[in-house]
Amino acid sequence: MDQVEMSINLSELRQSLSSGRTRDAAWRKSQLQAILRLLNENEDQIFQALQHDLGKHPVEVYRDEIGVVKKSAIYALSCIDKWMATKNSQLPWLFFPSRAEVLPEPLGIVLIFVSWNFPITLALDPLVGAISAGNTVVIKPSELAPETSAFLAKTIPVYLDSKAIKVVEGGVDIAGNLLQQKWDKIFFTGSARVARIIMAAALNHLTPVILELGGKCPTIVDSLSASLDLKVAAKRIAAGKWGACNGQACIAIDYILVEHKFSSTLVELLKKTVQRFYGENVKSLKNLSKIVNKHHFNRLCNLMEDPAVASSIVYGGKIDEENLIIEPTILLDPPLDSEIMQEEIFGPLLPIITLDKIKDSIEFINSRPKPLAIYAFTKDDAFKKAIVTETSSGSVTFNDTIIQFVCDGLPFGGVGQSGFGRYHGKYSFDAFSHEKAVLHRSFHLELGARHPPWIDFKMKFLRLAYMYDYWGLILLYLGLKR
Amino acid sequence: MVISFDCRIDASMSMTLSSLTLNKSGSLHIAQTCLSMPSRHQSWRLLCSPICSASLSLVVEEKRGTFNRDNANKLVKDLKKVFNTGKTKTYEWRMSQLTNMLKMIEENEADIYRALYKDLSKPESEAFISEIAMTTGSCKLALKELDQWMKPQKAKTTVTTYPSSAQIVSEPLGIVLVISTWNYPFLLSLDPVIGALAAGNAVVLKPSEIAPASASLLSKLFQEYLDSSAIKVVEGAVDETTALLEQKWDKIFYTGNGRVGRIIMAAAAKHLTPVILELGGKCPVVVDSNTNLQVSAKRIVAGKWGCNNGQTCIAPDYIITTKDFAPKLIDALKNELLEFFGENPMKSKDMSRLVNLYHFKRLTSLMDEVSDKIVVGGQRNEEKLKISPTILLDVPENSQIMQEEIFGPLLPILTVENVKDSFDMINSRSKPLAAYIFTSDEELKKDFVRDIYAGGMLINDTILHLTVDSLPFGGVGESGMGSYHGKFSFDSFSHKKGVLYRAFTGDSPTRFPPYTPVKLRLLKALISGDIFQVLLSMIG
Repeated sequence: MDQVEMSINLSELRQSLSSGRTRDAAWRKSQLQAILRLLNENEDQIFQALQHDLGKHPVEVYRDEIGVVKKSAIYALSCIDKWMATKNSQLPWLFFPSRAEVLPEPLGIVLIFVSWNFPITLALDPLVGAISAGNTVVIKPSELAPETSAFLAKTIPVYLDSKAIKVVEGGVDIAGNLLQQKWDKIFFTGSARVARIIMAAALNHLTPVILELGGKCPTIVDSLSASLDLKVAAKRIAAGKWGACNGQACIAIDYILVEHKFSSTLVELLKKTVQRFYGENVKSLKNLSKIVNKHHFNRLCNLMEDPAVASSIVYGGKIDEENLIIEPTILLDPPLDSEIMQEEIFGPLLPIITLDKIKDSIEFINSRPKPLAIYAFTKDDAFKKAIVTETSSGSVTFNDTIIQFVCDGLPFGGVGQSGFGRYHGKYSFDAFSHEKAVLHRSFHLELGARHPPWIDFKMKFLRLAYMYDYWGLILLYLGLKR
Repeated sequence: MVISFDCRIDASMSMTLSSLTLNKSGSLHIAQTCLSMPSRHQSWRLLCSPICSASLSLVVEEKRGTFNRDNANKLVKDLKKVFNTGKTKTYEWRMSQLTNMLKMIEENEADIYRALYKDLSKPESEAFISEIAMTTGSCKLALKELDQWMKPQKAKTTVTTYPSSAQIVSEPLGIVLVISTWNYPFLLSLDPVIGALAAGNAVVLKPSEIAPASASLLSKLFQEYLDSSAIKVVEGAVDETTALLEQKWDKIFYTGNGRVGRIIMAAAAKHLTPVILELGGKCPVVVDSNTNLQVSAKRIVAGKWGCNNGQTCIAPDYIITTKDFAPKLIDALKNELLEFFGENPMKSKDMSRLVNLYHFKRLTSLMDEVSDKIVVGGQRNEEKLKISPTILLDVPENSQIMQEEIFGPLLPILTVENVKDSFDMINSRSKPLAAYIFTSDEELKKDFVRDIYAGGMLINDTILHLTVDSLPFGGVGESGMGSYHGKFSFDSFSHKKGVLYRAFTGDSPTRFPPYTPVKLRLLKALISGDIFQVLLSMIG
């Protein structure tokens, strides 16, 4: 798309906005329903596209992509009238007779940058929020998931209001062009490196941004005694590492922290779980997404090439270059200064770091950048409290992984290097709204003390007024206050 | 004889008069007129008495920097160490700082008035309303509510995570930088700092060098009253701010203009630091003919000239009214001006002056371009840095006065045929920080609230919404991003961390491989909440 086409598109979006159409609850609901229809009627095509782009199994696709967006759209439809309503704010008596309220209004034209790993969810979930808030939208899908990108570009104009919601496909050049335009908000999911570029471009128009980034999400595994708990933990850890796009997820487990004496138990249990879930032969693994492209495949292989890292592999390590498959790999205590322990892995390699005492995990985590999520498997309530109060992360989940993503009552977003801003549930609506404060005043009861000329009486009045000392004010007026 | 000269020097340089030759003996004064903005442009006057001729040469020397990158680096490192001890997170520490802040303001009221008078000729009553009362109010609110604010909030969970419980925990962001401005140097320094402290952060405050007496008073008071291991003031100008901006902060809070706002955001982008930008804009006032004219005029005059003489981010910038109503409005405004400031406003003690020569010159040039449109005022006094309350009628929309935020005592009135024509005029410009309307027409009010985009709005008054703690105060679009005041301050300086507690039971089999068609059916049924389908899928 060239500059001319882009400016035509944007002026169409501006027109839709100024027509007031997108502000109507009816329009917003119709678009949310259209998203649901789009998903319902094109399931097979979505399965196909994701199979092509990422080798994702249909159940994974439904669970992590189609199902997630449906849940969000259904929830938004049920709440949108409430969310759109003006909210009254409390006022002190001194302001009588006045009325204060906060009215959410759309920001305007919103740009959504989509990452490649959950190419449906990360396009449509923010879209649900942007539409609920009454904005017009441009979606820029990732070129690294080309079939999904083409699917969105083809299908969205058919189901949704094409003068208000557009898809722009392309690579770095197109992204650059888009960034030169004036947006009212930019929503970005991706890496910190690209986020800096986005924010640096956004500042030219003072565009506020939401950056959903990543980080190394640690998983603390306390020594669990009950074997049932252990089995559940192992399943959830496996699902949290390899079950969501094969480790290529911002909230995937990056590495594990476990007490030294418990590590062998954990390793054995994980090996069994992995074999059961995914198979044993790298050429015939199932239920696993592939690595998205050669670049990331090579990056991950390089992480394993460091001899100190390679020698720490206790399971897996085999690759199928032709099909871009790396089998689930477990490493025990790779060197802490190796790249695999410095960079976000974003792949199927799982380092397990052993500690003398599990409580040391808090210091370990705090000495590193704030992650998007911290996971902890423990039944020790005091330890849970310590983790919550002594560490900082986007979120914390106890005794499970990934699942906080579908809890709409919790804000989803990072802190520090893992990003800023948040969405999901009502937070999505808020993320794309401006909360406009409105104070209604009456012409009655004009307080002369507010204005010059400044005389002593007025100063006394103001002092009492600001303390809401109503009795004092009455006395002052009656001439009884000194 | 007076020799005046202007020159441009780099801010890291200082200029020394190295030689001056007089052809006759006489006494010599050198007086620097007020520091200008941007700070690289400085003006001096050389006064010789009795009259003589003189030539002078000037030497430009590099100033030894008082606060540079290394200082900033060390500052942030030290603060991080203190923050990591966990001291600032405790309820006790936060309460102690807020209590001391309150004492600090209350015990030093007189000094604060003096500093404000020196910097801005701000009348005491105005200073009380806008700087003292508001800040003590914020302290008191935070002290009263802090334990509620700090409590984790329960969050709703649904079948998707059953069985589970969830909460949202507020935690401090870490080390926060507050960059303040000159027009309300106490309010705009202390209010954000109060929020940052309430949220448990360590704070660095950089007050504006354009209000130097206030900046140095703040620095002195902070050291005396607050925990200087975690709360610091860095005085200075562009260099010091640049050094600070190179560091990695957990949040930056800036009040000022859009040009510098972009510089702040650029620096923040390097470290992915979130920012709050409280900027400005041209705040429009729509005046309907169906209104209480006297009260409207009073409130407009109070909002424009009663608040730092127009140098306020939410001051009414310009008025839009109908052609027929304009003369009546102008008369009413004239009457109120007389009431407020007397026959000769230039002599009134109740009117603040302009902050410095740069802004004085900026405003006079705005006025001079459209001098034929002046209907009230227009007087100026460069020495006293005063411009009288000036009203202009029907300036051209492309004149400079309608292109930039005025931030001074000039009030253009634009006229339209129909009051509703004002809506398009306002929406065709950048979104302002505040928009005002004076009308008794309920429909018009509704339309205004719904159709005009602005940071905040006030119906039938000006400025006041700033004082309502239960309303978020902030801009949108060019007028800024983020908001604060009351609990919004606490929230703005916190990270709201989601915490999900799961039991070891209750896994839907669809979570784990092997993935079978049955699992897919079950999953679909669960998502759509269809109990019957769920049962069917389980039976197969």
